[in-house]
Amino acid sequence: MSIGKSPWVVHFNCNSCNGCDIELVACLTPHYDLERFGVLHVGNPKHADILVVTGAVNHRNARVLKNVYLQVPDPKVVVALGVCTSSGGVFAGCYNILGGIDKVIPVDLFIPGCPPRPEAMIDGFVRAVGLLEAKRRGEPVSAPGKPVQVFTPPPVAAPEGA
Amino acid sequence: MTLVWCLLALVLGPFVGALIMGADRKVTARIQGRKGPPLLQPAYDVVKLLQKSPIALNRVQIFYAWLHLAFLLMTIVLLVMGSDLLLVLFAHAFAAIALVLGGMCVRSPYSRIGSQRKIMQIIAYEPTLILVVVGIYFCCGSFRAADVLALKTPLLAQLPLVFLAYLAAVAIKLDKSPFDVATSHHAHQELIKGVTLEYSGPYLAIIEVAHFYEVFLLFGIIVAFWATNPLAGIALASFSFFLQTVVDNACARLTSLWMVRFMWTVPLLLALSNLAWFYA
Repeated sequence: MSIGKSPWVVHFNCNSCNGCDIELVACLTPHYDLERFGVLHVGNPKHADILVVTGAVNHRNARVLKNVYLQVPDPKVVVALGVCTSSGGVFAGCYNILGGIDKVIPVDLFIPGCPPRPEAMIDGFVRAVGLLEAKRRGEPVSAPGKPVQVFTPPPVAAPEGA
Repeated sequence: MTLVWCLLALVLGPFVGALIMGADRKVTARIQGRKGPPLLQPAYDVVKLLQKSPIALNRVQIFYAWLHLAFLLMTIVLLVMGSDLLLVLFAHAFAAIALVLGGMCVRSPYSRIGSQRKIMQIIAYEPTLILVVVGIYFCCGSFRAADVLALKTPLLAQLPLVFLAYLAAVAIKLDKSPFDVATSHHAHQELIKGVTLEYSGPYLAIIEVAHFYEVFLLFGIIVAFWATNPLAGIALASFSFFLQTVVDNACARLTSLWMVRFMWTVPLLLALSNLAWFYA
């Protein structure tokens, strides 16, 4: 049986504005119900398979982020949620910001957006599950030179009459 | 013949437990207006956990996880062999104590607070379980589990209030709201994960499998309350399961002290007044 049937997600807020965090929790609500894929939102990195990080990393929490990353048992997938996490976003270049979290830990999947729509997150999680299974099989998923997966959310249709 | 029954219980037990837990997640999801995970989700979780890399803080921790499972297996074997119910009760209590010690032997504060609350849970439900056993003694005239199956009338007819008290104890054992103070299942976290916080991968799988056995054991005892007609017993267990899930979803988590106060008043008085009938 495959490892991807019960991806447990731990969520680390790395100095985020909370926009991505609220949208992530929205994925668990009855409307989207991520749990139908077996996803559990756990609070403990030692129980997690997917580490979801939100927010741009700074000098103070880089050490914490690295610590949380090391506590997740292998095989694990790191998802950078939101544009701040991917590149620093509007905070890029600030004196205290290191940039995207890929400056500190290896990232497998970027889901940009400010915040990404829940549909984009769910699609990202499904891809993360694929990466998890590939890692379990021992396939290289982020070899040097091979670009990491970037999922671009589809454009949002304007509401009628707008 | 007893050996066959023991093997059957040990082999089928975790599957039945996993199915009940899967149904629990499904029913919970439906109550909340969600689609919910597949019925076999708890089994998928264990298979996943077995494939993760093992990380342990110390060896004693792993030993206590195995001890927890071993005492639960012992409880089930003792019960199926029809031996003394008090011995069954002690073996069951030792399983819980193993979990407490496992949470205590690491230096994580969440794990330790979880263990302390687990002790509060044991203090809360243990008197009720003893009264259940005493009630069964009044009905059968002996402490032997085998004599329960020989009864002509179902236990439920003579022990209806004891049965209600037992349901409250089961809610604590299954970590259901409002009693889930030490650890919690599904997505509503308590103390991050409480007693099982520092277990990961295959070691967490041991505890999960032990929990499958425990679910099987607790609902098996509910079936024994109507042992004269197994179908009625299973119907009783299904009804109890549904009641547990509804209460779990309808209640908020309360404090561990409230839990002890509640268990030492309402279920304990229910059980005691039921036992008083036998003297009336």
